[in-house]
Amino acid sequence: MSEMLIKNATVYDPINGVNGDLMDIAVKDGKIVDSASGSAQVIDAGGRLVYPGGVDAHTHIAGSKVNVGRIMRPEDSRLGLKPKTKLTRPYTGYTVPNVYAMGYRYAEMGYTTAFEAAIPILKARHTHEEFEEIPIIDKGGLTLFGSNWMVMDAIRENDQERLAAYVAWGLLASRGWGVKVVNPGGGEAWGFGKNVSGLDDPVPNFEVTPRQIIRNLAEVNEKMDLPHSIHLHCNNLGKPGNYETTLASFDICKDIKSKRDRQSLHVTHVQFNAWGGNHWGDFESKSEPIADYLNQNDFLTIDMGQLVFGSATTMTADGPVQYANARLLKARWSNGDVELEDASGVTPLEYHPQSYIHGIMWAIGLELALLTKDPWQVLMTTDHPNGGPYVNYPMVMTMLMSQKRREQEMSKIAEKTFDRTCIAGIDRELDWYDIAIKTRAAHAKVLGIVEHGKGHLGVGADADIAIYDIKPDETDATVEFDKVEAAFRRSAYTIKAGEVVARDGEITAVPMGRTYWVKTKVDNGGYDRMMDDLKMKFKNYYSVNMANYMVQDEYVERPYVVETEYK
Amino acid sequence: MIIKDVLCPFCGCLCDDLAVEVEDNKVVDVKHACKIGASKIKGHDRIKAPMMRDDKNGEFREVSYDEAINESAKILANSKRPLLYGWASGVCEMMKKGVLLNEEVGGIIDNTASVCHGPSALGVHEKGLPTGTLGQFSNRADVVVFWGCNPVQAHPRHMSRYSVFAKGFFANKGRRSRKVVVFDVRKTDTANLADDYIQVNPGEDYMVLSALRAIVADKADVVPETVGGVPKEKLVEVAEVMKGAKFGIVYFGMGLTQSRGKYKNIDNAVSLITELNAHGKHSIIPMRGHYNVTGFGQVCAWETGFVNAVDMSRGIPYYNPGETCSNDLLMREEIDAAFVIAGDAGAHFPAQSIARMGKVPVIQVDPFHNPTTEMANIVIPTKVSGVELEGTAYRMDAVSLRMRKLVDVDFPSDEEVLDKIIAKVREIKGASS
Amino acid sequence: MELKATFISGRTVDQGCNLENKTSKAYFDAAGYCEMNSADAGKIGVEPGSNVKVATDFGSVVVPLKICEGNPDGLIFIPMGPWANAVVDPNTCGCGMPGFKGIPAVVESSSEDAPTMPQLMARLK
Repeated sequence: MSEMLIKNATVYDPINGVNGDLMDIAVKDGKIVDSASGSAQVIDAGGRLVYPGGVDAHTHIAGSKVNVGRIMRPEDSRLGLKPKTKLTRPYTGYTVPNVYAMGYRYAEMGYTTAFEAAIPILKARHTHEEFEEIPIIDKGGLTLFGSNWMVMDAIRENDQERLAAYVAWGLLASRGWGVKVVNPGGGEAWGFGKNVSGLDDPVPNFEVTPRQIIRNLAEVNEKMDLPHSIHLHCNNLGKPGNYETTLASFDICKDIKSKRDRQSLHVTHVQFNAWGGNHWGDFESKSEPIADYLNQNDFLTIDMGQLVFGSATTMTADGPVQYANARLLKARWSNGDVELEDASGVTPLEYHPQSYIHGIMWAIGLELALLTKDPWQVLMTTDHPNGGPYVNYPMVMTMLMSQKRREQEMSKIAEKTFDRTCIAGIDRELDWYDIAIKTRAAHAKVLGIVEHGKGHLGVGADADIAIYDIKPDETDATVEFDKVEAAFRRSAYTIKAGEVVARDGEITAVPMGRTYWVKTKVDNGGYDRMMDDLKMKFKNYYSVNMANYMVQDEYVERPYVVETEYK
Repeated sequence: MIIKDVLCPFCGCLCDDLAVEVEDNKVVDVKHACKIGASKIKGHDRIKAPMMRDDKNGEFREVSYDEAINESAKILANSKRPLLYGWASGVCEMMKKGVLLNEEVGGIIDNTASVCHGPSALGVHEKGLPTGTLGQFSNRADVVVFWGCNPVQAHPRHMSRYSVFAKGFFANKGRRSRKVVVFDVRKTDTANLADDYIQVNPGEDYMVLSALRAIVADKADVVPETVGGVPKEKLVEVAEVMKGAKFGIVYFGMGLTQSRGKYKNIDNAVSLITELNAHGKHSIIPMRGHYNVTGFGQVCAWETGFVNAVDMSRGIPYYNPGETCSNDLLMREEIDAAFVIAGDAGAHFPAQSIARMGKVPVIQVDPFHNPTTEMANIVIPTKVSGVELEGTAYRMDAVSLRMRKLVDVDFPSDEEVLDKIIAKVREIKGASS
Repeated sequence: MELKATFISGRTVDQGCNLENKTSKAYFDAAGYCEMNSADAGKIGVEPGSNVKVATDFGSVVVPLKICEGNPDGLIFIPMGPWANAVVDPNTCGCGMPGFKGIPAVVESSSEDAPTMPQLMARLK
């Protein structure tokens, strides 16, 4: 029986309301317990900062898009190299790390859980093959439903039971955790090189609107009692003026209530969707109306999608936006349509502080986080690697904590940025507790994994713990941001399921994490109607047989399955 | 017993609709497969036991698996620059072990793509790859181009399942929904089925692609009267067909990757497709040969960051095709041992390269006697993946599927052999460090 | 008479069917031949089934002749495999890929026997 006692920890555990208390944490068999016996391994935190292990609710870490990025960008794989050791495999890559670096680097920063934000069902086996190779961290993934023929046909025919049956089947087939909706309808339109222009623009040949797709999936999501809400990437992403579509998308779910203690809508990487202006010339931040909306409505959560200057690899199921990006920037372009299901695109790009467009995007992410009063409503993400790679999270944390740090960054940014943003006038500085919310607690709550032991340090929780080499009482994060960033980059200890996996930023053990997925029972006539339609589509339109389609158990060796029921 | 929904372990089409009849643990009939797939699944004479010889011109003697594996490990552990080549006719599970073995021995791992679609990867590094899954093309494509490929011979069911005759949701009349154009240096059987055949002079595809790009960009005036042997008016006609497509798809093969220009041909073809997307929807996809050659690129990319030709002599992955591909290494006489698995270097490398392999110890892991066997010092027979072993394979469009096992045999799998070699290599290296 | 030609190699169904049967006569039949159109064959005065010698800067090989009218004048084809490899260009031009297609070649009638696969490989060790 492995036991551990972390003594003298300055603990921030927002789920349990613990705000900087000096306390001990006992661990037994991978879980947090009340007390440890005398034989426990003792770690003296010496008053240092202790957080629950970090949770990333939106990141692109595995699957076909990520590998397209790796294959297209050997120059990226030549960055961040670290040779193999007796314990670790080689590290490669910055924006698109290899599977090993992917897990190691999260663990080195004190992160222990990450959810892949886009799994195409047809290519889910690939996602899980990579999950099975990413060391240390626990994983889950969100399954794409927003341009799926089965979904759109059921919605057009007003058959929500059939829709629910399909969503349940799709989650099973892909071993997915939640419902991802990317540019609803746009992926199908992109099948012929088109897009949808807004919430009420019908999807060509399917005669349903993005609004109907969002509304129906959100309703079905709650009837299925899924742990996570629908996870929406709005229409018109990447277009100046898109904030109006974003606000209107929020409204679609305003009256949907979740029985669970969470949002009924999560809108992702809103930095890319809070854009004003009519074109690039009058491009401006519209973070204020978005934050106002969040301040008045508690059914909604978002994540930042913060931009980090330097190299990024943009990858999304939003196919048309990637073609537009590649044409605009004369960049390499990979596209990856998935029959009957969705689209995708991958394009490398570089964010320059001297470009006011990029400067404004940088500002919007921070504004969203700082103007929204409730820290639980805005998760810190970079939409890795779209806004920049996740290894920059420690820098983003310091920007949220220190106005001085922001000013330092602003001094490098094109002047014009500050006529079009309000970042310069914001003096809010988040504290240790807020950062714990924005980097773990709220992520776990939004995903619906608090009850499964994630994002907190209460008794019974998974013993996923990060100890940082920083004494909160003696550290002024508003000034000593370099020290804070260094501490967040390399945890003093990362503990995963009760085992020390990293020490002072070096990997010390390489256990394999679990994969979270949801199995929903849909026990009504919708199931049979769905199966009839599904069989017809496999027979006539899919290029693989139904018998070979679903992810087999062999690809999820360490599953954590949550069961729910449609009502 | 009839096993349904069987995947075919031959070409990159990875057909998954075969029905195989098995009686007394023997394949007796294969339905729905093409001639090549059926031939593969029905099987051929195989190597019965591990064999070794010191002199490549001498006779092999049968040895135990342990002896062959230990000797292989000794050769690999003691060599300074081993080449680990092949990795196509196997499942992804063995490829992961290959990448690990390469890390352990500090060698170079290179896949058959090196002599196939390796230049396509270089083209992708330059320009990306606008593509999709094969069902996207069967459902939508109204203009289908085959460039430097001959599916009738190399991917026999491609046209019926995915590209030409298949009926789709939008292309609901199958062949009659599509205009089919073939670019090739000779009138192939595929060209005979096309609506239009454009004969290109050998090695002049790049120029033809450039001319098409100019015409698509409304700059036909700069195009000479004949390009690559093709009259300008023909090029204008084809460019208009492509530009007018609602959904155009270009399938390309060795005619682009192996002829003059090599990866620049792919770069140019991808550029053409990217530009055509300003008009309709257009995609491009390489016609991959082995059923899981695509899988190696995927596995290698997620494990090492690079798609192929990965040199681990520095302890970090180093990739520089043209330097770290098999034929470059062989012609520079750098390698001091070769490990050939699930691919036949002996049959598919230029004679001068193979002659270099003739000077170093060669270990072969393969079910079948082939030209590599002729060059080998150690031969280790294994299971036939997809017939005798389950596992993962990636279709040419990078859709992964699970291969089925049809019959049981006593041979070890590639993965089991690799596991044992890795363990032994670690033992030898551990003892000497 | 000699024919100056451009050589290419490539796949065929029969070559594919015998990929795992390379010690057989069937493999020799599938991969050990040279195709050209009948006009070219006429120029060197060789009947189908008789042997020709194909020579390039990189080597030479003797194989039987086959007729394929799809080949334009001056284009010869040998299926991918050991016979083709005897004449291909090992230079990768710095991109990893040897020259398997588009190689200048000279073809003439030959009274020599075509080598078997083991005979071809024996030359290389």
